[in-house]
Amino acid sequence: MATLISSNRSRGVKNSLAKWLITLGGISVLFTLVLIFLYLLYVVKPIFESAEIESKTNISLHLAAGEKVLSTGVDELQEVGYQINDAGSIDFYHLKDSVKGASNAFKIGDSALSTSLLESDDFEDKQVAQVVNSFSANKLVHTVTGKTLLVQPNFYATYDNDVREIIPLLSYPLGQNALIIDEQETPLTELSFAMNDELIIFVGFTEDKRLIKTTYVADDDFGSSNDGYDVEYETIFQEIDFNHQVDEIKVTPDLNLAFVRSGSTVYVYELNEEDDANLKATIVPTFTNSTTQLTSMALLSGSSSVLLGDSNGSVSQWFEVATDNGRKFKQIRTFETSEFNNSSNAASNTNAISAIYTEQYRKSFYTMTETGLVNVFYTTSDAHLWQGQLVSGEPEAFAIAPRANGLISVVKDPANSNKISLQTFSVHNEHPEVTWQALWQEVWYEGYPEPDYVWQSTSGSDDFEGKFSLVPISFGTIKAALYAMLFAVPIALTAAIYTAYFMTPGMRKKVKPTIEMMEALPTVILGFLAGLWLAPIMEEYLPAIFLLFFFLPLATLLTAFIWHNLPNEWKDKIPETLAPVLLIPVLMLATYLAFSLSGVLEVAFFQGDMRQYLTNDLGIDFDQRNALVVGIAMGFAVIPTIFSMAEDAIFSVPGHLTSGSLALGATQWQTLAKVVLLTASPGIFSAVMMGLGRAVGETMIVLMATGNTPILDWSIFQGMRTLAANIAVEMPESEVGSSHYRILFLAAFVLFIFTFVFNTIAEFVRQRLREKYSSM
Amino acid sequence: MNKWFKSGAPWIWMSAGGVSISLISVLGLLWLIASRGLSYFWPSELYQFDITDQNGAKSVVIGEIYEREEIPVNQLAHLDLKLDPNQEVLERLLVKTGNRELVSLDFRWLLGNNITNTQTPKDLAVIERTTHGNFYGYIDSVVMDGKEVEQSKLPELLTRVEEFQDQIDELQKSDIGAINYQLERLRLKTRKYQLDNELTPALQAEIDSETTALKQDYDKLEAELMGYRKKISRDHIVMRAMDGQLVTVNFEHILKVTFNNQLNVFQKTGLFFSHIWGFLVEDPREANTEGGVFPAIFGTVLMVLLMTIIVSPFGVIAAIYLHEYAGKNALTKILRIAVINLAGVPSIVYGVFGLGFFVYMVGGSLDQLFYSENLPSPTFGTPGVLWSALTLAILTLPVVIVSTEEGLSRIPSAMRHGSLALGATKAETLWRIILPIASPAIMTGIILAIARAAGEVAPLMLVGVVKMAPNLPLDGNFPFLHLDRKFMHLGFHIYDVGFQSPNVEAARPLVFATALLLVTIIVALNMTAVSIRNRLRERYKMLEH
Repeated sequence: MATLISSNRSRGVKNSLAKWLITLGGISVLFTLVLIFLYLLYVVKPIFESAEIESKTNISLHLAAGEKVLSTGVDELQEVGYQINDAGSIDFYHLKDSVKGASNAFKIGDSALSTSLLESDDFEDKQVAQVVNSFSANKLVHTVTGKTLLVQPNFYATYDNDVREIIPLLSYPLGQNALIIDEQETPLTELSFAMNDELIIFVGFTEDKRLIKTTYVADDDFGSSNDGYDVEYETIFQEIDFNHQVDEIKVTPDLNLAFVRSGSTVYVYELNEEDDANLKATIVPTFTNSTTQLTSMALLSGSSSVLLGDSNGSVSQWFEVATDNGRKFKQIRTFETSEFNNSSNAASNTNAISAIYTEQYRKSFYTMTETGLVNVFYTTSDAHLWQGQLVSGEPEAFAIAPRANGLISVVKDPANSNKISLQTFSVHNEHPEVTWQALWQEVWYEGYPEPDYVWQSTSGSDDFEGKFSLVPISFGTIKAALYAMLFAVPIALTAAIYTAYFMTPGMRKKVKPTIEMMEALPTVILGFLAGLWLAPIMEEYLPAIFLLFFFLPLATLLTAFIWHNLPNEWKDKIPETLAPVLLIPVLMLATYLAFSLSGVLEVAFFQGDMRQYLTNDLGIDFDQRNALVVGIAMGFAVIPTIFSMAEDAIFSVPGHLTSGSLALGATQWQTLAKVVLLTASPGIFSAVMMGLGRAVGETMIVLMATGNTPILDWSIFQGMRTLAANIAVEMPESEVGSSHYRILFLAAFVLFIFTFVFNTIAEFVRQRLREKYSSM
Repeated sequence: MNKWFKSGAPWIWMSAGGVSISLISVLGLLWLIASRGLSYFWPSELYQFDITDQNGAKSVVIGEIYEREEIPVNQLAHLDLKLDPNQEVLERLLVKTGNRELVSLDFRWLLGNNITNTQTPKDLAVIERTTHGNFYGYIDSVVMDGKEVEQSKLPELLTRVEEFQDQIDELQKSDIGAINYQLERLRLKTRKYQLDNELTPALQAEIDSETTALKQDYDKLEAELMGYRKKISRDHIVMRAMDGQLVTVNFEHILKVTFNNQLNVFQKTGLFFSHIWGFLVEDPREANTEGGVFPAIFGTVLMVLLMTIIVSPFGVIAAIYLHEYAGKNALTKILRIAVINLAGVPSIVYGVFGLGFFVYMVGGSLDQLFYSENLPSPTFGTPGVLWSALTLAILTLPVVIVSTEEGLSRIPSAMRHGSLALGATKAETLWRIILPIASPAIMTGIILAIARAAGEVAPLMLVGVVKMAPNLPLDGNFPFLHLDRKFMHLGFHIYDVGFQSPNVEAARPLVFATALLLVTIIVALNMTAVSIRNRLRERYKMLEH
């Protein structure tokens, strides 16, 4: 008895355990779907987040009386920062929280790393007038007496007991002696430069109002220099004819152009000829408000665009655009730093852009006003990423970290002019190039004549900007699905109607599984046949394909007519229910006829070759793997899906409805059209929806049967690239966590949502229909 | 006529036409794949064409005919041919000429009217080789160990080489492979000790001595291998190619020498089957364009097996829940919509999910936790067979659920009530009564899932399939089953060879053969599933009465 009770108890436990396990298993299906949804969303989400800037560290420093900080910077990992002051010394500081000694000064041994840059005897007065930055790590130090030094603060990592430490290292690519930039050695009020391995070009404006261009041509290579020996180079001095005041000069990093700003006019000079500098263009922005003036200028990464900031707080982007009259500088877009642009305020100049800082690799930029208001923009996506006050007042010096994930600024203490603080900020701004607008609207890319929808994710060149418009690939998806449906729906639905309504049960039992067998065929095989077998055939027998659209229905009608006129005893022998079988040889014959007529037609109408006729005479581009091929191949893939579900819907129309209709004297066809199809129409609709869902997500067929070019063209003779194929092609080579990777996830998410909607509607309609049938 | 149209009869015929077109396309597709695929294995005639081109230059072309086609003459107008003006079409032949070391293209088009003479000489031979593809030509001489011998010695010499080749393969794959594997494990062990700060000099010495021992073994085996290599390359054949040039083909590269034109039908049939066998069990050669597909078959089967192990319990449990436990509430409705949606989500989306979630997130974390000695080269944090199996398991889950549920719904409720009335608990009823009866339905679901998984390619391209896997995921080295390895797959093989290989023309027959194999497997699986289901339906019908 005791054993029975305990076994009963264990049975009960087992029973409820089983219940819980099974329930858990059942819910896990839902869990999986939700997991997929949430995971895709989790990966996609960061691209739509706007930038965040947080304060990281703040170090207080003392300067000698009267000293001023001119430039600052930080290493890639933001562990060591530096400042260059007008006494000509560069001081390095630890930025990590763990302070090594007072004031965070970087120490090697016991001595702080504070180096005087102007050691050479050439620099008689060690008062620095300006420090000129370039897109590389190089900086020019220019003294008040017109002496110049090229210096490069570098950092390298050492590993001591597996602990990483960043060590600063100064190098002087052209040696420690003063460089001669102006032939007459006059101090320069404005100076800009850019360099590559063979050339350095300086453009400067002297105190005696001459605009000069100086070129250093390396005998060997500027890049290979060590501090051990001096690099040999040849110097070419030039003067550019210019009789205005100069406010700012910028030389593009590719050494092609110099932008010289004089008040509100920007003069663009060509530098690519070694002993000449031609005025290429003048940029004169127009302002709505007459009092507005240009206040700052900067170059965007990639050497193509120039940014102009004005006193009204807006920044405009300009680049060269091919027009009918050659390449012209055009204002592409404008960024407003203040939402409320009231002109009364403009006079006080608080809105004026005092400086523009651009990132080294991306097309982001930071604007600064006198009050220290910072705005962050990304040009291509037209995104206003951040606005706020980092420090009070305009900083003495400001720099963006090399990886663009941090900022460093030097601020003077308002109370004590000998005290400055070195502040760092961390920037979270990984995907500024992606915005909803940039994905779905036309974007004007640098070098393009007009805004356009472009998908081009990778390229060979380094300063390539990814162009991520989902429009061409979404268009491709719709185009492929549409052509497939145009082909599949008529065939699948007619086949479903006949099989469900007219076919004998014996034949239906064989025909239905055979057509459904096609659903099991791997799409990779359909794609392979489409790409390597069908596409060449279609290219060769193009007229035949179009003939088939007429021949097949005509042959069917002809057979029907002949059968109709047969004597009755023949009709008894070959009943109408055998029609599908009878038609097989007829249709094959029609196909054969179409193909044998193809050559004749080409000779008669298309000058012997329809393909060439299309391209040469009609100007229609022809790809071998085109929408027609995809339509047919993918059509075959969706025929069984549509057929199977539509057939089910028609077959399960309650018998008494049809019997009633027939009893009232309607013909078979009338019953079908007016009763059966009408009743089954929701089911047919849901079948088509399911088919569409499958066509939208199909990957392999499109991948193999089209050229995968992301173009916007409805032409049946051209290919396309679909969302799914795009993922398959580009996912394996996209960098994890990059914008490209996340956009591909977004493409998958779009597909997911798209099919989710279609499937849910279809399933909903089907469930309703099932209830309706059972109530009849 | 008008009356006839009004009666609707033409439209009925039109809809019958839809059925016919569907049938023609299904059967035509299967026939196309079968005929093209099988003809790849059939030893074809070797032809010698004497060619005189329009400039009068004469040449000889030897090879197999791949394709014949008729083209309208005016498409060739640019060639400036001297033709009979009444001729409208021209025959063109695609001939595989092989001999890749002599000519860059091993296919060439011949125009029918340039061929002055066609013959099938009996002594024309085709040599299948491990490099440079097939060689077509006449055997000039057979050289054994530097001395010319009679041609009749050829089979004997080939057998000798084949034996050595087997021994070389054995050495390379299992013995040397095992040593390399153990060396790698030792390196990782050292690294692990280092990371854990447990590497003592004693341990280091132990590892060093093991390494030295292994290296000694390795040297020994390598010497042995070199010995075989030397033996194998002792003999060679001198062949005369179509342009009369003499070419030396070393025996170490020769797989098979056949005189196709001397074979009778039975010999050809024998060769046909031996080709099929070779296709199934051999490794691919020459960037997958020649040889067999064994690793692809193996990879497909292993991945599908793993997937079945994962998907079956989940699918069956979910179906049982939906049919036996779930009440008529909103949750059930949502669950059903979830199942339908899982079935409808495009497969590439599963691939993306698998890559991001399984490979990078789960796999990456596993690497951090258990395989840190291997980093930065990933172990599980990279596409592999386990992740492929998991991804496809999610993909095929709805297939198993739908099929199992259908089976469950056909079991008469009287059986459940009977069991419960006799005092069995619900779990016992399930386990003893319902599941055994539903097992064929479950079987059907699993088979359909396998068929689906075997043909799916798109997601696998992201989560684990490669064009050429150096090692099978299953081998003689502990732990034998390497779930982290990448694998080859029949479907991907088709895509890769058909679209990514440099010599598509040469690879096309092989792609057709692979497609035939895949279609055969999938159609067979589907037909089995359908027949099981049909038999099951009959049985339930009997139960009901």
